[in-house]
Amino acid sequence: MKRPVTLHINGRDHCVEVEPRALLVHVLRDDLNLTGTHIGCDTSQCGACTVLVDGQAVKSCTVLAVQAEDTRITTIEGMAQGETLHPLQMAFWEKHGLQCGFCTPGMIMTAVDFLAQNPDPTDEEIRHAIEGNYCRCTGYQNIVAAIKAAAVTLRTGAAGAAV
Amino acid sequence: MATLFGSGIKRREDPRLITGSATYTDDVKLPGLCYAMFARSPYAHARLTAVNVAAARQAPGVIAVYTGQDVKDRLTPVPCAWNVPNCNLKIPAHPLLAHDRVRYVGDAIAMVIAETRAQARDAIDLVDADYEPLPATADPEKAAQPGAARLHEDVPDNLAFTWTVAGGDAAAAFDSAEVTVSQRIVQQRLLPTAMEARAAVASYNRGSGQLTMWVTSQNPHIHRFLCSVMLKLPEHRIRIIAPEVGGGFGSKIPAYPDEALCAFAAMELGRPVKWTEDRSENYKVTIHGRDHIEYVEMCGTRDGTITGLRTKVYAGLGAYASTAAPGIPTILHGLVYSGAYTIPNIHGVIHGVYTNGTPVDAYRGAGRPEAAYLVERLVDIYSRKIGMDPFQVRRKNFIPADKFPYTVATGITYDSGNYVGALDKAEGMLDLQAFRTEQAKARKDGRYLGVGVVSYIEICGLGPSQVAGAVGFGGGLYDSAIVRVYPTGMVRVYIGASPHGQGEETTFAQIVADEFGYPVESVEIIHGDTDNTPQGWGTYGSRTTAVCGSAVKVAALKLKEKAKLLAAHLLEANAADLEWKDGQFRVRGSPDKGKGFAELALMANVAWNMPPGMEPGMEATAFFDPTNFVYPFGSHICTVEVDVDTGQVKILRYIAVDDCGPPINPMIVDGQIHGGVIQGLGEALQEIAIYDDEAQLLTGTMMDYAVPKASQMPHLEVAHTVTPSPVNPLGVKGCGEAGTIASAACVVNAVADALAPFGIVHIDKPLTPARVWAAIQQAKGAKA
Repeated sequence: MKRPVTLHINGRDHCVEVEPRALLVHVLRDDLNLTGTHIGCDTSQCGACTVLVDGQAVKSCTVLAVQAEDTRITTIEGMAQGETLHPLQMAFWEKHGLQCGFCTPGMIMTAVDFLAQNPDPTDEEIRHAIEGNYCRCTGYQNIVAAIKAAAVTLRTGAAGAAV
Repeated sequence: MATLFGSGIKRREDPRLITGSATYTDDVKLPGLCYAMFARSPYAHARLTAVNVAAARQAPGVIAVYTGQDVKDRLTPVPCAWNVPNCNLKIPAHPLLAHDRVRYVGDAIAMVIAETRAQARDAIDLVDADYEPLPATADPEKAAQPGAARLHEDVPDNLAFTWTVAGGDAAAAFDSAEVTVSQRIVQQRLLPTAMEARAAVASYNRGSGQLTMWVTSQNPHIHRFLCSVMLKLPEHRIRIIAPEVGGGFGSKIPAYPDEALCAFAAMELGRPVKWTEDRSENYKVTIHGRDHIEYVEMCGTRDGTITGLRTKVYAGLGAYASTAAPGIPTILHGLVYSGAYTIPNIHGVIHGVYTNGTPVDAYRGAGRPEAAYLVERLVDIYSRKIGMDPFQVRRKNFIPADKFPYTVATGITYDSGNYVGALDKAEGMLDLQAFRTEQAKARKDGRYLGVGVVSYIEICGLGPSQVAGAVGFGGGLYDSAIVRVYPTGMVRVYIGASPHGQGEETTFAQIVADEFGYPVESVEIIHGDTDNTPQGWGTYGSRTTAVCGSAVKVAALKLKEKAKLLAAHLLEANAADLEWKDGQFRVRGSPDKGKGFAELALMANVAWNMPPGMEPGMEATAFFDPTNFVYPFGSHICTVEVDVDTGQVKILRYIAVDDCGPPINPMIVDGQIHGGVIQGLGEALQEIAIYDDEAQLLTGTMMDYAVPKASQMPHLEVAHTVTPSPVNPLGVKGCGEAGTIASAACVVNAVADALAPFGIVHIDKPLTPARVWAAIQQAKGAKA
């Protein structure tokens, strides 16, 4: 039996009818058309579905939609402020931190949470922080560079740039 | 004016990808969409005696259920598209749904269509089939033995083919050799693991008879062709769209039954149908890579001249011949046995073997990594045997830079190369002498350091269509571009290839913008839709830039020539007196008189004042068919430390020097190298698809299959040399597969060097701690 839930996503409330067994990621993608959040596995390894729940990076395949009521969810679609990219989005673009782009939204969401906790990380700390996010294209090197560059921008308070 | 060619500008595809606004196949939603799921065999080999779908049909939300019996007379079996000649190739029928026998775990037996994904998922559990299990094996050497259980009635000994490559007189070379080394090498099965698994959305318009399919494809035109065969639908009624595709690595080249069955269901039901593979399903049914068991030998002189190479290979094909499968361990493998060297005598015998594993097909490098691995391992084993430095042995046997084009013993002709240049550069980055000193000192302290080197070549830029035909490839290998210039001068380029992460929306725009004197923003590259792109052959085999990029260049040059003639007409000058300078055609000697490309495009599009005989419009199409393959090359060096107590291998440095000709966008080239090297390091250190004795896949999820994580992989030091190719107008080679072709052997060579004090010559990859530790214990036991 479906039941109604209200999900607070990217600053807006969405009321949806969901099965109790529905995963947050499926509701985001299929019911709310927020398809920037991706699914790359079925065992919570790959991290492509990572979103922020109350500021914390969470694999949205590990959360039931009904559990996410009364939380504040941020997806990749909520990262840019109008035309202005978030510094992490900008850094992934500038450092060539993506190729096919499938892992990128999850990677960015994980990095948001990580940099909030560790604003001045070493390469090794970045590599450890993103080990729950798989990328098959880049070999990670430019992702590490992008997160490091974004850390500098976020520390110095520089604004992002428009698309 | 500065050129964009050679400039590492930011990618133009990125804004949509970093904002979550890109559309991948599973993101496509259509009114009335319903969902497909497949019931699949849990047995690796069994007679399928009954498939009872009554309960599934009654399940909530289920619209239809189809079995093998329902479709077998209505659909053509999955075609194999690479009919390699002269090897007695046997291609047994591959039904879209199994109807009398299943041959691997994951073979589909029924398709359920339901209103929601969840309802389809629930209903496949209600499909009840009767199986009579048969003996099974996923081991290609065992499957080829007399008495092994036969998969296909018409394929004795499970032998799909026996293909031979020969040049010179290998038997005589080995008989008279001063030194011979041999090794059994297992090149394990790998799971390609594109981060986006496969998916398809099919929509059929009964009124127009048009089928539209969004599908995770590296080659939509090939998908159109093969779907037309399977569905018995005329090709012009099929539109294939490869929207954003989340990586492929070869796994999205083939035609698969499940995708075509979605189209069948959409046509039957008159409703759009979506199927999205989950990862466990992807590991079971999307093609795997490699799977060779090899017996290899090298012979040479005591002073380091290699005189012969011989192989016998069992190449596992899995249960059926996938789209390109027969060509991978043959044409793309055996023909490059000479590597970077002048090996005069070569003989290889490749047995293609059907097993009860998932079908094996092209995986990043496709045949060439397996060749580079066995050649480069043998060079090291031979060097050790004669007591020579492996760097020196490579130098001694390199094809000299002044001998190109060079025809090797296997009969192919390398276009250009400077192998010693790449090796010198890599060796300089390492400082080999300093490392050897450190290594000797460390050994005294009981620490085991090693250095590995690989000097690879690859055959890519696939390729001349005439050769494709001669080697049985069921298509052409040219590629194509339409350059269309609008009245305002803005440009759209429609290309036949189908990039999925490689950045050609940027690099191809760089090519065109340079020709027209434009900023890159004025040029847009369109790909992936068979309804608006010219016939092309897809993105694989490191071919897109060398072949399709050349078509883009040729088409742009055609328009530039037209623009020049138009400019001459409008300037009332002789075309011979015009020069292209600062983005304008100018009259020599009258630098104030000039016409830019945008103005000329407008004049051509309105056609108010055309030269006599010139057609209106500013649009050109080019089909580019190269005269030869391209042969990128390079040298990679890796240093490692092996913890002999735990078997853990730590990469200390990884140096890659690659030569893919002049880079159009160096940032993108480096990114391709990074990704390729790390995939090869995964292969070297941790990735393996394991089947048990009953051919059950044990590494069926990402919990079990060790995809490299950021924390496990090193920082790479990447550099280049530049040797242009003479076979295309850009001079470019390919860079997508180079890293993978080089890096697996590089690491294993380094570990073997580290463990030389134990007398260890070879350990089969992946070099997991358990395997390395076991090899050390065995070596210690042998010495004791």
